[in-house]
Amino acid sequence: MISYHDNDNPMNVFFYIAALVAIISTILAISGRNAIHSLLFLILSLLAISVIFYLLNAPFIAALEVIIYAGAIMVLFIFVTMMLNIGVEPEEEKKWMNPGMWIVPSILAGILLFDLLVAIKAHEPAISDNAPIQPKQVGISLFTTYLLAVEIAAILLMAGVIGAYHLGSQKKKVIHRFLK
Amino acid sequence: MITVPVNIQILFAGILFLLGLIGLLVRRNMIFMLMSIEIMFNSAGLVFIIAGTHWKQPDGQVMFIFILAVTAVEVAIALALLLQVHHHFKTVDSDAVNSLKD
Repeated sequence: MISYHDNDNPMNVFFYIAALVAIISTILAISGRNAIHSLLFLILSLLAISVIFYLLNAPFIAALEVIIYAGAIMVLFIFVTMMLNIGVEPEEEKKWMNPGMWIVPSILAGILLFDLLVAIKAHEPAISDNAPIQPKQVGISLFTTYLLAVEIAAILLMAGVIGAYHLGSQKKKVIHRFLK
Repeated sequence: MITVPVNIQILFAGILFLLGLIGLLVRRNMIFMLMSIEIMFNSAGLVFIIAGTHWKQPDGQVMFIFILAVTAVEVAIALALLLQVHHHFKTVDSDAVNSLKD
């Protein structure tokens, strides 16, 4: 089942650019050796997907993606990676200074920024047929149709808080006297 | 706003999911495995957004918010487990954590 749309809309090129940036940065993220560099590429991939959400008439979700995914979850990753101190050797910091390490993410992020700015500038006024889905509609649907799912998600978050607290506390290692 | 065919959008989400799956299967560093799981969650959410935009319903965005909550819980628990593993085994290699095998 192939859906044929008019494929000569000039806005489509923004989708393809953002998709290309997302795929390239995801490949670089899963194939890197240094965990911090891979995490930064993953953040770039999330930002590219956020641009795609904006282009797909979901600006609220695009904002949530930047704030929660790239802003909170990835910062958690980076904190843990830095706490574990994986793969950051002192002589490796010298390598970060040469442009080869940051020129690729800078170019990709620049392409993405250009893409987003041009897309925002070219945004046609909302036609009633093709208007973005407003956060109000999402909220109404969330708290009427999916109210039970919201409560289940609240229970899940509570379990997550308790579990993370329990696992995160450094306990003294207790060995049973028979096992000594 | 954009009129890219829906099957191309789904194909893009599928490529992202496949990249996450390959990363999960190939890497043995637990941080990279968690990152791959994040990529897969994200592409699943992308499919929900694509479908919600295609039928002009807010349900896809609601589902993405639920995926966001599940992902936040998953990352918190998994990173706490990762800290415990690093504390006990002094490594984050998933092949080193096989004490349960024998």
